[in-house]
Formats: sequence, C-alpha cells, structure tokens
Amino acid sequence: MAEEMKKKEEYVLECHGISKAFGGTQALKDVELLVRAGEVHALLGENGAGKSTLMKCIIGLHQQDEGTIQFEGKPYSVKGPVEALNAGISMIHQELNPEPHLSIAETIFLKREDTRGIFLNKKAQNERAEEILRKFDFPHSAKTLMKELTLAQMQMVEIIKAVSCNARLIIMDEPTSSLDSEETEHLFRTIRDLKSKGVAIIYISHRMEEIFEICDHVSVFRDGTYVGERSMEGVTRDELISMMVGRKVENVFPKTDCEIGDVVFKVEGLSGKGFEDISFEVRKGEILGISGLVGSGRSETMRGIFGMDPITAGQMYLEGKEIKIKKPSQAIKQGICMVNEDRKNFGLALHRSIRENMALPTLPLKQKAPLLNKKQEEKDCLDMGKMLTLKAASIEHEAFSLSGGNQQKVVLAKWLLANPKVLILDEPTRGVDVGAKSEIHSLMCEFAAKGMAVIMISSELPEVMGMSDRILIYHEGKINGEVKREEILSGDENQESILRRAFGGK
Amino acid sequence: MAKKEEKVLGMDREKFRMFMGKYGIGVILLIMMVFISIMEPAFRSGSNMVNVATQVSINAMIAYGMCLAITTEGIDLSVGAQLALVSCILGQLISNKGWGIIPAIVVAILVSTAWGTINGFLISKFNMFPFVVTLSTQLIIRGLAQVVSGGQAIPITDTTFKQIYSAKLGPIPFPILVLILATVLMYLVLHWTKFGRYVFAVGDNMQAAIASGVSIIKTKTATYAISGFLAGIAGVIFTAKTASAQSNIGVGYETDAVAACVLGGTSFAGGVTTVPGVLMGIFIIGFIYNGMNLIGIDSYYQSMTKGAVIIGAVLLDMVMNKKNG
Ligand SMILES: Nc1ncnc2c1ncn2[C@@H]1O[C@H](COP(=O)(O)OP(=O)(O)OP(=O)(O)O)[C@@H](O)[C@H]1O
Ligand SMILES: [Mg+2]
Repeated sequence: MAEEMKKKEEYVLECHGISKAFGGTQALKDVELLVRAGEVHALLGENGAGKSTLMKCIIGLHQQDEGTIQFEGKPYSVKGPVEALNAGISMIHQELNPEPHLSIAETIFLKREDTRGIFLNKKAQNERAEEILRKFDFPHSAKTLMKELTLAQMQMVEIIKAVSCNARLIIMDEPTSSLDSEETEHLFRTIRDLKSKGVAIIYISHRMEEIFEICDHVSVFRDGTYVGERSMEGVTRDELISMMVGRKVENVFPKTDCEIGDVVFKVEGLSGKGFEDISFEVRKGEILGISGLVGSGRSETMRGIFGMDPITAGQMYLEGKEIKIKKPSQAIKQGICMVNEDRKNFGLALHRSIRENMALPTLPLKQKAPLLNKKQEEKDCLDMGKMLTLKAASIEHEAFSLSGGNQQKVVLAKWLLANPKVLILDEPTRGVDVGAKSEIHSLMCEFAAKGMAVIMISSELPEVMGMSDRILIYHEGKINGEVKREEILSGDENQESILRRAFGGK
Repeated sequence: MAKKEEKVLGMDREKFRMFMGKYGIGVILLIMMVFISIMEPAFRSGSNMVNVATQVSINAMIAYGMCLAITTEGIDLSVGAQLALVSCILGQLISNKGWGIIPAIVVAILVSTAWGTINGFLISKFNMFPFVVTLSTQLIIRGLAQVVSGGQAIPITDTTFKQIYSAKLGPIPFPILVLILATVLMYLVLHWTKFGRYVFAVGDNMQAAIASGVSIIKTKTATYAISGFLAGIAGVIFTAKTASAQSNIGVGYETDAVAACVLGGTSFAGGVTTVPGVLMGIFIIGFIYNGMNLIGIDSYYQSMTKGAVIIGAVLLDMVMNKKNG
C-alpha cells in the first residue's frame, strides 16, 4: 500500500490510454505519458504524430474520447486553459496566437488581470510585467503592442507568460522553433531554474540537439500511438529516430554538389528598416545560406527584396537587368518567390483547403482558362504533397486541421509549385520533423540542380552549415563576413567562428 | 475518468457535429417547411412555391452580392439605396424621357455597378472600413435617387416593362429564371474561377493573400462592383413588380440579405461561404414571410421571428462548428 502510494507520488502527470479522433482521423490511439516531478520530459514524434493533440487534451482545449489523466496523484479533468492554469498547468503553444492590439503586459496577464474591485489595476500590472521582462532581458517595455514585435519576440512573450504564472507543470510545444541560439540558451537557463524549483516540463521539439541537452526522459509517439519511453542517458540519436520514424534516416544533410552557373540575382547597397548597405549575389544552382541572430536584419532584407517592406536605397538585378519590386505580386511575376517564416500570418489561409492554399500563388501562371482546371491542380498538389511527405487525410481539408509541421510543408509546396528563378526560404524547416527535413533538404538540392538559385535563412546553424554553398553572416543589419563551403569542409571555419561573426566579431 | 462521447440521434457526437456543420441549414429549412405545411396546408401547393421563389429573387440578387462582400471581411450597406436609385433612373428614363426599356435598364445597372466600384475602390485603396464607406455612400445614393425622381413617385405604365416580373416561360416566371441563372453563375464564380479563390484568400488572411501575389485592390473593387451590379438587377425586378419608381424603396433590404448570408454559413470573420448555403438562407427568409402571411400572423411578429431565427441559427452554427483551436 505504502509502496503504491510512493509510486504514485513520483509522477506529477499520468496519462493513460488516451484516444482522440477528429472526424475520420484518429489522432491518438491509446497513448501513455508519465511525467516525473522536476524533470524535463521530451515528447518526440514525426509531424502529425499527435503530440500537440495530447497537450491540448491536457489543458482542456480538446476532450479526449477515451482515457484518464491524473495530475499530482488526483484525477484531473478541465474544460479549458484557464481551468488548467488554476490547476497548475500552463502551456506554450506551437502556433502563436497573439492579439495584435494588446500590450505585452496585457498579453502576459490575459484572463488573470490585476484588478481592484471592478477596475483594472493597469499601473501595478505594467510594473509587474516590467519586472518579469527585465528578468528575461527583454528589449521592449511592457507597454509595447504585440503587433510591433518580431515572431521570435512574440514567442519569447509566450514563454515568459507561461513561466510567470507559477504553474507546476509547463508544456512547451516547440518553443524554440523561431528562436536563435542565444535566445534558446536563455530559455534553457530558465528551464534549469524552473527544474531546480521542482517544476516539471514537457518539452516538444524537432531539434534533437536540444532534446539531448535539456531533457531527462523522452517519450516517443508514432502515428498517434505510443512507442515507448527512454531515459536520455544511454539512448542514441539514431535509436530515437528509428523509434520515431520506424526506419533509419540515413543522411541528415543530403547536400549534393551541383554545377554552379551564372549570377541570377544580385543586390547592391540595399537599405531599409533594419538593414543597411547590403550587397550580395546568388548564382544558378547555388544555395546561399544566411546566418545571424534573430533581428539582425536577415528576414527584413528578404522581405524588402520580395516587396513586403519598402526599400530606401539600392538596386536589384535579375539576370543582369535591373528590376524594381514594390509588392510581392511583382516579385512573383519576375520569378522571385519567398517562403515567409511566419506561416500563420503570411503563409496560410487557415480556413481554406490545402489545395486552395497550395495553388494560390500559381493561379495566374497555370490557370489561363476562365474556369479552373481542377484536375491538373489536384495532380500538382498531390505530387508535391507526396514529395514533401505531407500527412493529410485529403487535400480538400482545411489547413488548420493539419499539424504544425504539415502546415509548414503546405507553405513550402505553394512556392515550390511556382518553380521560381530565385527561391527565398526564411526558416524553411521550422517545426518539420527529422525525416521530412531531410526530404526537404534533398528537394532543395534537386531544385538547385535544375538551375534555381536558393537563398536560405536559418537559425539552425547545422542546417545552414550543412546545406549552403556559401554563408553570409549578418550582424546588426549589415553583412559581417562570408564563409564558403570548402572552408567549412576543410575545418577552417566552424560553428564557433560563424557565431563569433554573428555577434559582431571578426 | 473516461469521457465517452455521448450519442446524438444514433450518431457519434463528432459525426453529428460534422453533419450539422455541413447540412444544418438544410435541416432547418426542411423542419420549417414541414412545420408551416402542418399549420397551413396551402403552403405546400406548387403555386405557392413558385410564388415564394419569385418573391425571394429580389433578395437573392442582393444576398449574393452581400455574401461576396462579407466573405472579403466587409459588408455592403448601400444595396437598399442602390435599389431606389435604379428604380428612379428607370422611372425617369422610361416614363418621363421616353427611353426604350433596354437602354434604360442598361444605364440603370451601369450606374449601380459604378457605385459598387466606387465603394470597392474606397475600401481597398484607402483601407477604409467597409461599414463606414457603404454607410456613407448609401446616404449619397439615396439622395441621388431623390434628386433623379424629383422626390415623387413616377408610375411606369409600359406593359412590356411590367412583363419583366410577370412573364413566364412555361410555368416559370422570369424572375425565377434570373434567380437560377444568378445562382449558377455565382457558384461558378466562387468555386471555379481565380477570382473566387482570391475572394476566399483575401477574406481568410489578407496578409497571406498579399504575400501570395493577390491584388487586394482588384479583388475588393470587383467584389463591390458585382454587389452593385446585382443590386441593379434586383432594382429592375423590384421596379417591374411595383410598376412605379420611388426613392424610398429598399429600406432595410440589406438586413434580409445579411440574414440570408449568415443563415447560409457565411462567416463575418471572412473567407467562408457557400452558394447553396446562401440560397437556402434566402429561402428561409422567404418562408418566414410567406408562411406567417399564410398562417395570418401580424407583420411585426414576422420581424421578431426573423431576428430570433437568425440568432438561433448562428448559435447553432457556433455550437456545431466549435473551432478546435
Ligand atoms: N482540429 C483538427 N481537426 C482535424 N484534424 C486535426 C485537428 N488537429 C489535429 N488534427 C490531426 O491530428 C493529427 C495529429 O496532429 P498534431 O497536431 O497533434 O501533430 P503533432 O505531433 O503536434 O505534429 P507537429 O510536429 O507537426 O506539430 C494530424 O493528423 C492532424 O491532421
Ligand atoms: Mg504540433
């Protein structure tokens, strides 16, 4: 009896036999999850394996069809996130959903406002928020509106919000997907601190290095089923991947060398908000990597080139001819396409079908007749879906019903279908699982080999280093150095030397 | 604690929800028809059905335009006034200036389309709120109607013109033919053309649409132009029905159109609508008027019923389609 009591105490959270279906899709089938007090528990699985769904069941956004959840030894059932928070569980969501017109303070204290009688105590609330933000070295005041923040900063606010409400279990669903190494390090310090206070954390990520760095145990899901649990000590990366995928993923960065041709695209002295005097060129068949900290002007430059933000100075040349781009439609017409890092705001129409999303940018190009040729469109979408290992019941389903990683694949598909001359990718594999990542990387090489010029921004150093022919390193809006593939292969340049440049060193 | 999904009408709750989400409006329509038939058997007769279909054709034109506007996250409040302007132009040109019917109709519809275009341009070019823009142009348009008509009703005695409402092809009155044609065209436009795709994309996520190369100005301007065009057609049918041009007609017509759209599953958040849904919404509104007239209920109760049915339908829709976050 006492023995049993003790065993129960050990786990803060116990999920047994959880099943959940959405219409015809069985997202979870009889899965288990046992989380010990004060540990960081990783949850690993391919895109669409059911990770986020289980987490949403735990905080009451979904109700499981079957199965039981116990929290701190007691049966637990909540109707929504507010109740879950009161019970001691908070969550950082994979898909950020900020209210653009709220301030940071209002976001942090949403639904648990500081009140005096019926009035909001704004002053006290702002002060408390400032204090919390200071602890995280956050660069904005608590009164800043959410819409003024970058994606990474929104993610930080979400993290700050979740850790600031004294939860005893914090769920982190891909918290680092848009953070750079410095911010990630900051998050890890916070996690260690929370851990020492006895807070348990469920950590979902597709970045294996992170899981090895921060987690104690790992549970693996595959296709909505539970594969098993391992202690991080003694388990290998390959073992985890084969548990996840059911097969071996051979080559993580399948970079193939292809012939690099003439200059396709060139910019000279480009300036705009957040970047200054940027010059570079990219050639046929080349993959140009762009590294640097979040906010260093990488994304801003690309948004400028693609016509999403104004450019104040400088010229752009496509195949030797000067071009002017004021809005994305002009860029697309010229053959320059861009995958935006923020798939929710700039990538997808979430309530429309996968098919409509994929076909949107190429409608003027491919559909010349008055009525749509849906047969051809369907074929294109299915082929591209297959290439990207998209997991969806049908292409007629709405985009919001896809898991995060699969939504990312739809965004990629939409631009790959356009078959542009210059493809700009801003964090192309954000939230994509290991297997699919390597598929996407091979596709990038394939498209490059066909003569496309690829520009890839990535906060994941191994990705940029593994895939690029050349890497530009940004620091505070300027290019601070360039590294060639040969220099990486020969060992003259490495992770440290690139990071040093990203921080402004030589 | 196991949470077994309870069963509803022998279906899984999830399945039931999906079914009602898709066909809920049809179910409501059927229940209504059965209910009114029991209360008043005359309702079921073929002639009454033709009657209702003819009557709703006017609201249908307006509602189709409205559903485009709502799907792009907007609204077109100017349609009622457009009806009045079209009517007054027709009266002035046909009765007072002696124009032929066809040129008069063409001019009237061109004017309403032009006003729609102005609405769309103001909304998209200057990023103004559709509510504010169309609320204001509505005042201008109705004022214009008064100017054109000189503030007086102009009777239109031309019998050919009146035929527009009463002529029949076999058993089917002309307005129903227009309704069928408009329904088919709307369906094609929304679901089988690039423009339709753009309307949905712009309404669901404007930023993403821009980043995909969609022109907001073109899409929204065309949307409101179509709404103006359809309001023009509604105006022609209406004027043929009453055989008189008046500047005070069409007041409150936008309400019925919005109601039909909402009943038909058009979302004010944008990006979601279906033509069959809106058509059923149009008929539900039509049956409320017709059924209550037949049963002999006062017109103020009709208005109250309409309000209650709309709230009920929207609530039902929200429960059925509870967004899974
Ligand atoms: N609201 C929904 N409606 C319909 N299907 C859904 C919904 N939410 C999730 N699904 C389906 O459930 C499955 C599991 O999705 P889930 O989001 O849990 O995956 P995940 O493991 O978090 O993947 P990722 O790594 O890509 O985030 C997927 O097949 C997805 O399409
Ligand atoms: Mg997920």
